[in-house]
Amino acid sequence: MASSSCGGGSDRQMAAQHRLSIIAGHLQRPSGSNTAILAAECKAQASKPFVSSERRTVPRRRQEIMKWNGWGYSDSKFVYNKKGQAEFTGRRYKLSGMIIPGLKDWMENTFGATLQHKTTATPALNSSAVPPPTLNEAFMEELKSTGIPFSADAEDRVFRAHGHCLHEIFALREGKIGRVPDMVVWPNCHNDVVKIVELACKHNVCLIPYGGGTSVSSALECPPEESRSIVSLDTSQMNRILWIDEKNLTAHVEAGIIGQDLENLLNESGYCTGHEPDSMEFSSLGGWVATRASGMKKNIYGNIEDLVIHIKMVTPQGVIEKSCQGPRMSTGPDIHHFIMGSEGTLGVITEVTMKIRPVPEYQKYGSVVFPNFEQGVACLREVARQRCAPASIRLMDNEQFKFGHALKPQVSSIFTSFLDGLKKFYITKFKGFDPNRLCVATLLFEGDREKVLQHEKQVYDIAAKFGGLAAGEDNGQRGYMLTFVIAYLRDLGMDYYVIGESFETSVPWDRVLDICRNVKARIVYECKDKGVQFPPLSTCRVTQTYDAGACVYFYFAFNYRGLGDPVHVYEQVEHAAREEILANGGSLSHHHGALRLSALLSGTDAVANVWPGSWRLSGHRTALRTSKHTRGSNGGLHSCAQGDGAKSSAAPEEKNQRVAAYPKSEDGPLQPAPPLGTHRA
Amino acid sequence: MTNTHKDFSQVGLKDEEEDFIDILEDRRHSSDLSFAFRTFSPQPYKVAPPCSTAELNRVVLESQFLRYVTKEVAVEMDLSVEEVQEEARGILGEMSQNLQLGFIRLMAYTFNKVFKRLYSSIFVNMEGLNRLHQATQENPVILMPNHRSYIDFLVISYIMFLYDIPIPVIAAGIPLAGMKIVGEILRRSGAFFIRRAIGSDKLYWAVLSEYVRTIVRKGFAPLEFFVEGFRSRTLKSVSPKLGMMHMVLEPFFKGEVFDITLLPISISYDRVLEESLLAHELLGVPKPKESTMGLLKASRVLSENYGCMHVNFGRPLSVRQLCEGRINRCQYNLIPRDLPEKPTAEAQACVSWLAHLVVRNQEQGSQISPWSLMCGLLLQVPTRVLTEEGFPWHQLTEKTLWLRKLALDFGGRLNWPDGVPDSDVMSSTATLHRGIVQCKAGRVFLVQQDEPARTHPVRPEEGVMKTAAAALMLVSYRNQCLHVFVRPALLATAMHITKSTQRDELLAFFSFLQDVFSYEFIFIPGESLQDFEEACRLLKKCGAIHANQQEVAAAQGGMEVLSFLQELLKPFIHSYQLVFRYLCEAESDILTEKEFGLAVRGLATKLLLTAELHTYEALSSDLQKNVLSALRRLEALTKLSSSVSNKFKVNKAAVKRIADMLSGKIPPLNLQASPDARL
Repeated sequence: MASSSCGGGSDRQMAAQHRLSIIAGHLQRPSGSNTAILAAECKAQASKPFVSSERRTVPRRRQEIMKWNGWGYSDSKFVYNKKGQAEFTGRRYKLSGMIIPGLKDWMENTFGATLQHKTTATPALNSSAVPPPTLNEAFMEELKSTGIPFSADAEDRVFRAHGHCLHEIFALREGKIGRVPDMVVWPNCHNDVVKIVELACKHNVCLIPYGGGTSVSSALECPPEESRSIVSLDTSQMNRILWIDEKNLTAHVEAGIIGQDLENLLNESGYCTGHEPDSMEFSSLGGWVATRASGMKKNIYGNIEDLVIHIKMVTPQGVIEKSCQGPRMSTGPDIHHFIMGSEGTLGVITEVTMKIRPVPEYQKYGSVVFPNFEQGVACLREVARQRCAPASIRLMDNEQFKFGHALKPQVSSIFTSFLDGLKKFYITKFKGFDPNRLCVATLLFEGDREKVLQHEKQVYDIAAKFGGLAAGEDNGQRGYMLTFVIAYLRDLGMDYYVIGESFETSVPWDRVLDICRNVKARIVYECKDKGVQFPPLSTCRVTQTYDAGACVYFYFAFNYRGLGDPVHVYEQVEHAAREEILANGGSLSHHHGALRLSALLSGTDAVANVWPGSWRLSGHRTALRTSKHTRGSNGGLHSCAQGDGAKSSAAPEEKNQRVAAYPKSEDGPLQPAPPLGTHRA
Repeated sequence: MTNTHKDFSQVGLKDEEEDFIDILEDRRHSSDLSFAFRTFSPQPYKVAPPCSTAELNRVVLESQFLRYVTKEVAVEMDLSVEEVQEEARGILGEMSQNLQLGFIRLMAYTFNKVFKRLYSSIFVNMEGLNRLHQATQENPVILMPNHRSYIDFLVISYIMFLYDIPIPVIAAGIPLAGMKIVGEILRRSGAFFIRRAIGSDKLYWAVLSEYVRTIVRKGFAPLEFFVEGFRSRTLKSVSPKLGMMHMVLEPFFKGEVFDITLLPISISYDRVLEESLLAHELLGVPKPKESTMGLLKASRVLSENYGCMHVNFGRPLSVRQLCEGRINRCQYNLIPRDLPEKPTAEAQACVSWLAHLVVRNQEQGSQISPWSLMCGLLLQVPTRVLTEEGFPWHQLTEKTLWLRKLALDFGGRLNWPDGVPDSDVMSSTATLHRGIVQCKAGRVFLVQQDEPARTHPVRPEEGVMKTAAAALMLVSYRNQCLHVFVRPALLATAMHITKSTQRDELLAFFSFLQDVFSYEFIFIPGESLQDFEEACRLLKKCGAIHANQQEVAAAQGGMEVLSFLQELLKPFIHSYQLVFRYLCEAESDILTEKEFGLAVRGLATKLLLTAELHTYEALSSDLQKNVLSALRRLEALTKLSSSVSNKFKVNKAAVKRIADMLSGKIPPLNLQASPDARL
């Protein structure tokens, strides 16, 4: 067996090795199929892409527009102005340039944070703090000859060394820089990726695919013990729509395109994908596939697995892809299902064919106030039972409702504020809703006008049965806007000793209330237990409904003044919260991906007991362990492949699938892959 | 509130000294009526809104769980689903409480009157109340008092009313519901009623368990129940019942609540209202049926003084924390949580452990009166001395003071009043219990019962019974302090019987004793080693033994302590040996419980008369039942299920072997106690 030639080690490693070799085997073409992959030119160079590739959001040098130690655009952030009022800077968002009068009080009351207690982040990246790159000269030489752009510049490297986990951003703010990639390459097309992976295998360097950089699963972290050269494969320049098939309503797109560009470009032709994860401003298509992403409007358009028709992935063994675009196949296990969720451990996703839809005629926001969270959940459950969920329906708990309230921009007219006051009076006094219990559902309807209005009525009628009161379009719209700015808010929090993060789960309907209550309570309990001096913010919302369950999002933040190692405390609490989720019948992740959790949890034997029951998890652990091993043993996968003889990996299969392998990340980034050594093409 | 006294809890217990406050003090200076109409404003439960009785019952009847069970029962009994539902509604109607503040006020008014007359003080630890106050806002709270007297039943509600804590709903036995008017008053004071032998009535179990679980899930009011299941007739802890405990804990296991707070409450009486009733019950006189007439007749007991009552609210126990590592909550993830299912072995073990832990906490929290110590000493004096020549008072005083020190050393909580000369404490105690002992000319005598003048001469057996009632009352009061001494006493006994100094041997015998007396003294299952170590530590601390890793040996000057402790257990050992002897010598190896009880009592009476037996405890029906339970657990006895009259079959060889081990003839090996799983 091929694996026997790979570096030995413990039994566990052997087992991992074995499993890996089996996976590798699946990727091999049947023997004799030595047809080389057609060395097609980059489409970008050969033919004009279908849709113009001008005006892309993300440049090769991300530092030109993005923060190096925080979320999003450099020009957009929350600050406290001289009057001590919160303000959102820049001009990109609806909220930009506005004063948010309630935010200061909310922060003070919720976290015990004050403007006097400010932390200072390292203002700029100090290149001398970045460890010098470990370069693989031979690899570089050959890479140069291909003409694919690359860089070993410190800034470029640091930008690709992290996602947006709390600990990653926290470390950057403190100016701490650990192991970063030694080099960044910017392939321009699928064939460039094939070449890069081939060279990486040949010269034994590690590849970590990088897409939008929004990973929250630590997928971009470089293993500190890695001594080989680590190359970050940045797909951001592979951002073209290669063609649109209007007869079948599909579009073939390069995987590096980020969500907003994809949507804008399709809109120009009158189409959309309808896939809108909260991170869509920055996350990439390849990342969505690699992490099994979910979009806000999945009720109409479906999650990524429903949207994807075809995937091309470059693996160390060659390229894997299906040979047709049939809407469904019965040809053995669907190869897409090990690509989706592989989080960059199996290969680099380069091109994806996706379903598209005509841009909807009409969109309408809405919101409903419920007397309490229980009623709200009961309403969502009923909506799901009747299968009449709008494009999006989300239920915020009371804390989040208050939070949303605090983010209301200053109203200019007395009339508006008078109306607001009247509404409040009506709900709390006249209807008797307890302001400390009520909660809000935000709604988004889409489609043709008539149907939307009809649909709207149906949903509001159901809501009324559960004591819900329609609360207007504004509240709904603001609710959705929040999801885009909330990531910016975390940066503001960190300026004032507040750290936090979100995590999500999916859970059967009958457990939704229990899991919400228990996880929130567990967070409060653990914070107290770990010595957090102030009560934490522990809040949740139900963000997706399914036939058999729902997706729940938790937000958790606390004021860390007085703590020695806040990030450690944070991680302990989050770990406990995850444990609570599992104990309450929730999944480890609904759409963020679980790579980091595998690492987080597999550290303790105790957790192993929690896991049987979730095969998905076990699958990840295998993948993770494999990748660790591969890294450690100097390219196990690579040597296996070689030991196995030069089987060409890209021959057509008798069945409908052409095989190729490759990874990417969810909300954004491509994942750290094991050293992908590729063999062939 | 000037009348406070210190609680002498000492090292070995985590609690610090806590101040007890006499809640009757203020009541004596204010009107009962204005008390009953005081503003009652408890802090609400934060997690969920309040829930009305009707709402509660509706939720129970509409629950998915009951729907499943109803269907099952309908199929099994060949009834329509509607018929079964109707039956369920009937069961719930009989069971459910109907808590109303008005009736709590009525109850408070009445109790005010009664308590002021009965008790000189009711001491409550304010710290504990404050903790409870906090706890009721955060998690569902389960109030778990020990059960020594009928008074226990509503005294907690009375205190809750007084201190603005939500009034609990209370699990009560169905006989109380049968009392005219009173039953309804109790129901409206928050009592819900549970049938005694439920047996295999599936629907009843289902309604009851769903009702209890719903109360816990809703959390709107604390749930109060007696984990011991019934009133202890011997004032000693009773082996906890696990069925109710499991119902209460299940919502936590299944994630339906974040946590549950268990609150052990120790109620201790200087003098128990029904003391003589209990003694007679133990001697085979049946308990009078609970009835309103009976209650009225019993009102004559209200004219006497019953000293002080202590209500000690223990530390809240977090089920979540305690269950850490004991229960894997994921086990409920793959099947609907509403499906009626047998609890897993893991869950049962966890429930049993927690129930025993609560009982241990109750014991540790109970206040030991000087009287209890005196009884412990008096029982070591030959009964004949007590009835005939009397025991010197000064000697009793001296020994009691010595025992007080030992009890404190062992971590017992004493309610020895501060600032009063010891002699006054002792004599006022004796006065309080003048129905049992009398002091004449510096000597203490046991009071013989005054029977109505008889026409025929007293037969010797009747003489035994006359003394027995008083003796068993002494026994009961001694039992109040037994938990403090029991572990060291078991070790002292083990040392005495095995004559060994080897730690391993002693531990084996210690565990054997725990198994034999498992229904007599309550130990947490699986913590034998800890108990043994505690015994070693306590005896070492008071200088009675030397102990190291291999050896445990009596210390010089430790004899007084060791022999006191050995004497303490002798009545049990002798009584058990007597029962064993009877079982081995009985003509048939199939017996009914009734025959058995009568025969043992007869044998014991005979031996008492011939002075072969010195303890009256063998006459106690409670002890007799405990022996049978223990033997069943040790698999020396099997119950024949087919019969109505509780027949059982004795394995004489096994009983003989246990008897021999107990007397030290053979080492205690290979004794397999089957795991305790009674749900």
